[in-house]
Amino acid sequence: MINFQYSRPGDIADAVRQIAADPRAKFIAGGTNILDLMKYDVERPAHLIDISRLPLTGVEETASGGMRIGALVPNSDLSYHPLIEARYPILASAIRAGASQQLRNMASTGGNLLQRTRCLYFYDVATPCNKRAPGSGCSAIDGINRQNAILGTSDACIATHPSDMCVALAVLEAKVHVAGPAGERVIAFEDFHRLPGKTPERDTNLAPNEIITAIELPARGFAKNYTYIKIRDRHSYAFALVSVAAALELEGKTIKEARLALGGVAHKPWRNKEVEATLNGQPATRESFRSAADALLRDAKGFGHNDFKVELARRAVVRALTQAAQGTPQSQSNKKIV
Amino acid sequence: MNAYIGTPTSRVDGREKVTGAAKYAADYNTERLVFGAVVTSTIARGRIKRIDTSLAKHVAGVLDVLTHENRPDMAAKDDAWKDDVAPEKGTPFRPLYDGRIRFNHQPIALVLAEEWETALFAATLVQLQYEKEKHATDLHAQRDKAFVVEKPEKPRGNAAKAYAASEVRHEAEYFIPTEHHNPMELFAATAIWDGGKLTVYDKTQGVQNVQGYLCSVFNKKADDIRVINPFMGGGFGAGLRPQYECVLAVLGALALQRSVRLVLTRAQMYALGHRPATIEHLTLGAKKDGTLNVVTHEAIAETSEFEDFSRNDTGWAGLLYKSANTKFEHKLARLDVSTPSDMRAPGAATGVYALESAMDELAVALKLDPVELRLKCYSDRDQNDDLPYTSKALRACYRQGAEAFGWSKRNPEPRSMRDGKEFVGWGMASGVWEALQMPAAARIVLTANGHAEVSCAASDIGTGTYTILAQVAADALGLPIENISVKLGDSTLPQTPVEGGSWMAASASHAVIAAAEEVRNELLASARAMNNSPLADAKPEDVVLAEGKIMRRHDQSRAVSITDVMRHSGADRIVKEKKNEFAEDLSHARNTHSAIFAEVKIDEELGIIRVTRVVSAVAAGRILNTKTAHSQIMGGIVWGIGMALHEETVFDHKFGRIMNANIAEYHVPVNADIHDINVIFVEEKDDKINPLGVKGVGEIGIVGVAAAIANAVFHATGVRVRDLPITLDKVLR
Repeated sequence: MINFQYSRPGDIADAVRQIAADPRAKFIAGGTNILDLMKYDVERPAHLIDISRLPLTGVEETASGGMRIGALVPNSDLSYHPLIEARYPILASAIRAGASQQLRNMASTGGNLLQRTRCLYFYDVATPCNKRAPGSGCSAIDGINRQNAILGTSDACIATHPSDMCVALAVLEAKVHVAGPAGERVIAFEDFHRLPGKTPERDTNLAPNEIITAIELPARGFAKNYTYIKIRDRHSYAFALVSVAAALELEGKTIKEARLALGGVAHKPWRNKEVEATLNGQPATRESFRSAADALLRDAKGFGHNDFKVELARRAVVRALTQAAQGTPQSQSNKKIV
Repeated sequence: MNAYIGTPTSRVDGREKVTGAAKYAADYNTERLVFGAVVTSTIARGRIKRIDTSLAKHVAGVLDVLTHENRPDMAAKDDAWKDDVAPEKGTPFRPLYDGRIRFNHQPIALVLAEEWETALFAATLVQLQYEKEKHATDLHAQRDKAFVVEKPEKPRGNAAKAYAASEVRHEAEYFIPTEHHNPMELFAATAIWDGGKLTVYDKTQGVQNVQGYLCSVFNKKADDIRVINPFMGGGFGAGLRPQYECVLAVLGALALQRSVRLVLTRAQMYALGHRPATIEHLTLGAKKDGTLNVVTHEAIAETSEFEDFSRNDTGWAGLLYKSANTKFEHKLARLDVSTPSDMRAPGAATGVYALESAMDELAVALKLDPVELRLKCYSDRDQNDDLPYTSKALRACYRQGAEAFGWSKRNPEPRSMRDGKEFVGWGMASGVWEALQMPAAARIVLTANGHAEVSCAASDIGTGTYTILAQVAADALGLPIENISVKLGDSTLPQTPVEGGSWMAASASHAVIAAAEEVRNELLASARAMNNSPLADAKPEDVVLAEGKIMRRHDQSRAVSITDVMRHSGADRIVKEKKNEFAEDLSHARNTHSAIFAEVKIDEELGIIRVTRVVSAVAAGRILNTKTAHSQIMGGIVWGIGMALHEETVFDHKFGRIMNANIAEYHVPVNADIHDINVIFVEEKDDKINPLGVKGVGEIGIVGVAAAIANAVFHATGVRVRDLPITLDKVLR
């Protein structure tokens, strides 16, 4: 850990001014990831801008029937918010599948989006890693890669995005409100996180001088037919090997609309709208689910230790769609995947 | 007269622990305390070409940076670095001794600063250049270079011939990866400097071991260094040998002539001891009726380049099963890693896992119920040394465990039992450990108000030593337990061995009894001198201490209260210290045993494995405290679940480096992984092993658990996984 400057901006404009003025500055909100990264010497910010006291803690209904969640709403508060539980239970559930209660109490909504990968090499500064030290090489491709990606990888990086919450936000097609020196803008969730390509050091399309102010949820919450399942190496407090957020709109036993996002398999929550569209008008049966799962994983490729994730992801998709169709979502306090 | 022994007495130190009053090695403060931070190597093997500490030294608040180039003197001879439990062969590791890199994460510099944060920052500024050498960290790649270290047990018969002649055979290899102890409390030492003398608060399972070691390493007189560790946040064997934090804390204190605290990071703890990765090769041959003809067990374990650490992985079959032909072999392969160390049930956790997996495979081949096979091969004698046991209630363990579990309802066919989407698997295994006991001393100070302080140097590593010694002392002195206080973990207290091997309960409790007998004798002498004493003609063996009185064993009305005796004698206290040594008896084998029954439920499609029920029936002589012993066994079972399903220290052999050196990525079970656990203590009266009939329960809880689970996984899925941990990908079809 290195010495750093510490400041507390008075408002959002001040926060933006401060981050824009210092390229070696970082925001700190809950600190559940940045402090770890500093202890591991992965992040070496010269300046920490503590935004945790900014007034971004509201959870409000929007005029269009959706909801707007302040960037500093703690994950726990969001997960147990009555309107979120009632209207967006897939989001409440995905949050509860992540981390531990203590971490969820500290972690912020905006910070959750900006979590960095848990690739073992990213965390160990004694090893090459293109995401941490661009150009140094990827150690995971022919190294320990049980947790690494099977979709959307590049020669430079096979890291995954570790968030559970974001997998649900991808399905809900949330919007990310950000503020920067040029004012405010809105980023569609699918455009927020990036694939690694040749620049794995960039996780997101958030500019270095921008701040997340809110997450907006559209009106549709898929509260009737949804689930979030997370498969991991122990039943709690582990990152996903594969997770699936599934949301369906059914008409009788026919699928009117399907949304699917995978976690633990790519550099971002993984969606494929073409595959989802093939489910429209199909009967909500195992066969439909399996063929969608096959299509979703068609281009998946393992790197040795994580080869099994390809088939596991297919089966997890089938299980998730089955749970969603039956209206029997996974409870995150159940000690088994049902 | 046992008011407390054998009862579920709550921890006497429980309140201190839950309120935070209990202090651990890093909790001791003093004025002008200096904080240390360690710099560790990033290569597995080679030499430090250049180490530049100038940047670090320039940071305001940094007092010094110690390396092999500028450190104070340390002993040059190997023997000076050998602690009480060091391997016989080899050269113990010496931190900052020279420029040689022997393993990754090796300590190579110690930054000393006025503040902890400053030390951490400066540690990142130490610049290094290495001369790298080719390293080896993969046991599988080095197995052909393994050498035989010992033949723990004599071969019997002709194993090869018997195997060839056997009607039913099983041969397989099992693998246990490197595992780490991961105690909750980080290794830490606070060395308090007092004009040349040092008091070292160190996280250790043996304060006297550390004290002797530090005196020897730094060429100090015995009363120059005192080591204290009254509480420990988990040891599990990691703290049996002195670890490098105590050396570096003292080194820093000597260099600066100030008090120094050093707390290792979680990642740095992965360069301390570990359970060695081990390959276990077994062959079993039997007649069709299930009579075992032959057992061979070969273990290939890793050790470091500089010490030969080995434990008894093989040979357990000789304790459990009758077989005319056996052969056991233990080999070591050298790797560029730190020296492995004892970790809960060393040798047995791994060796019995392999043996009991192999026995399950043999049962399948024989189409015999696994319990029945074990009963058919049951041995009433230790086959290795041809000795009877002091006691062995393993038959009762099988019976009571099976009954509590409902084993008779098991359909032997794999994949035959289901619960919804899950396959259900039932597996079982046997457990065995040694019932060891060591010489130990204890002191009792009885005061005239009827209170007693019991003390010895033993560490309570969280197992309940404070509590059982209070119970034993209360019963031996005939006082209420509230009147007993126990002092432990100070090198100046009466001599005890390190806390490990499950020997402390028997060793320390008999020391307390021996000291209590001395107290009784003195009380009797005073009581006899009283006017009209009801004990005037009593001999020591005629009297007992009970209900606060000294009384005739067979006529409790003839008694005098302890406070009266002491008032009469005019003594305000009686101080007695006594060392107990157990009579050497080579005529019997001494072991604890268990039978473990496990239920797993495995998602048919997703492969997710849940251990939904475990029943462990344990025969371990007299249980001093059924509550703390229950917790010990339960903890062992939870660890066994971790060993079966989760635990693995993951190396990248390209870098020779542990990649999951933190407890987020090194998985141990969490609450959500634990379901129903049922611990049964099977009655086992043992009047031969020691007067109390105590055997110790520290290790037995984990032994066999991983095998029972692996066997259940096979029963559930038909997939035999022979390399731990059994992760879901290994059972996915």
